[in-house]
Amino acid sequence: MIPGQGLLKGLAVTLTNFVASYPWGQRLLKLIGINGISGMFTVEYPEQQVKPAERFRYFPFLVYDGTPDNLRCVACKICEQECPPQCIYIEMEKDEQGRPVKQHGRTLPKRFDIDVSVCMSCRICVDVCPFDAIEMDNDFELGAYDRFQSLVFEKDKLLKSAEYFAQIKPTEAAEVNARLAAKAKKTATDKPV
Amino acid sequence: MDQLFVSLKQQFLDLSSRFLPESLLPWISMLISIAVIATIAPIIMMYFTWLERKVIARMQNRFGPNRAGKFGLLQPIADGIKMLTKEDIVPAGADRLAHFLAPVLAVIPALLVFAVLPFGRNMTAIDLNIGLLFFLAMSSIGTFAVFAGGWASRSKFSLLGAMRSVAQIISYEVPMVLAVVVVIMMTGTLSTNAIVEAQESLRWFVFTPWGFVGFLLFFIAGVAEVNRTPFDLPEGESEIVAGFHTEYSGMKFALFYMGEFLGAFAMAGLAATLFLGGWQGPLLPSWLWFLLKTYALVFVMIWFRGTFPRLRIDQLMNFAWKCLLPLSMINVGVAGLWLYLPAIIRWPLAIVILWTSAVWLTRLALPVQWERRTYQLAE
Repeated sequence: MIPGQGLLKGLAVTLTNFVASYPWGQRLLKLIGINGISGMFTVEYPEQQVKPAERFRYFPFLVYDGTPDNLRCVACKICEQECPPQCIYIEMEKDEQGRPVKQHGRTLPKRFDIDVSVCMSCRICVDVCPFDAIEMDNDFELGAYDRFQSLVFEKDKLLKSAEYFAQIKPTEAAEVNARLAAKAKKTATDKPV
Repeated sequence: MDQLFVSLKQQFLDLSSRFLPESLLPWISMLISIAVIATIAPIIMMYFTWLERKVIARMQNRFGPNRAGKFGLLQPIADGIKMLTKEDIVPAGADRLAHFLAPVLAVIPALLVFAVLPFGRNMTAIDLNIGLLFFLAMSSIGTFAVFAGGWASRSKFSLLGAMRSVAQIISYEVPMVLAVVVVIMMTGTLSTNAIVEAQESLRWFVFTPWGFVGFLLFFIAGVAEVNRTPFDLPEGESEIVAGFHTEYSGMKFALFYMGEFLGAFAMAGLAATLFLGGWQGPLLPSWLWFLLKTYALVFVMIWFRGTFPRLRIDQLMNFAWKCLLPLSMINVGVAGLWLYLPAIIRWPLAIVILWTSAVWLTRLALPVQWERRTYQLAE
């Protein structure tokens, strides 16, 4: 037994990793016959980007079908009630008499604000929405230079199309579409009765 | 090329002798040496931190700092600016004077030891005939700063770190000095310059059995002396926050850091001087050889930090008193035999003695392994 054998073994491990972190080192190690050391792990973020996983979520957005005025949201305020950090603020669109305005056969929100700095990405708003009107986005680069104004996202900024949703989360979008189609079929068959 | 810096200094002196009285010249010569050391030292420290972060990052398959400048070369400057602009906090109830003096006291001895390091041929700032003694004395004053800082902070973490530091230095000073003794026995001098000159034409002391063991002992004890991993108990982050510099911020913290890194650099430099032939070496200029050897040892220090976990305090003491100290004493004995035996006998004899004692001492220093208890009734 060599005194300090274990220490030398440990030193060898770190040295091979050190060497393997260079491209020339990778070739050198391959030459000596040491394999299985991966080399650099770091993804240099702003230049290199990892495509987020499909189920990755960051911040909710409002879904519209076709044109931006055709919102799925009916301003029912369920998400506002359920939001744990209470970062959603909704006001329904109403006329002078205080009656809800209808567009495409349903009510719509006049204001729909979500505070990015408060939202905790829990997805409860998506789960409670009976109309599948709100979904989670995977865009996480929402930094801003000012602390209050630009971090509150208003309705215009939150609107995104159903196609966009299908593009970033195909599986989830397919489920939602199937559910909506079934609902539409049910309302269609129920109506004549 | 070899005498580049020496001749530069000479030219400067010649230039100043034209319009300055002759009696001032020795003072100017001293001033130049001091100025060079005082300028080089912070740069060495800054790029030591950069090197450390880079090398450790590579060992952990990361890039390390690479944003500030090419290869992150401006990172130490950014750190320096950050340190300078940070708030200076003194804890309530702290001994303000000692709290203020401790970081200064940490840097000064680390700078002073550079005076006796032979950076190259004719490049020792002052060739003291007790240079080695001066180095050892100065490098252990750093502990005083650590203890003063820890005591003055009025914090439990600081005090614990300081106590550990003192215990550690007392233990490791002994084997370190005994490891140096073999070199003094062989060369018969305490002057660092003369020690380097004794290792001419590749007769470096590390190539002899006693030199090799002495080098290992000195380097290990030196790493412990300058509080680097795996002997960084005085500032063990995971146990006592930051040890003796828990209550330090801003430039005071940076000074502690600087003292530590300069100490590590000087320790690597002294190890290179004593055992690796200092600035001796073929082809390349002497100062380059010195820097190469020193930075190789600095790399090994960083490599240690990337590899080993911190020792426990009892393991630390065990290792110093049961393993390093007896081995260094045996090494002194072997060096004595070496002086008086012919070459044919002394080589095998020295190797056998040192090898067997190293094997047995490491085995004895191992913690007691109790036999696994078997509960007969339970079965």
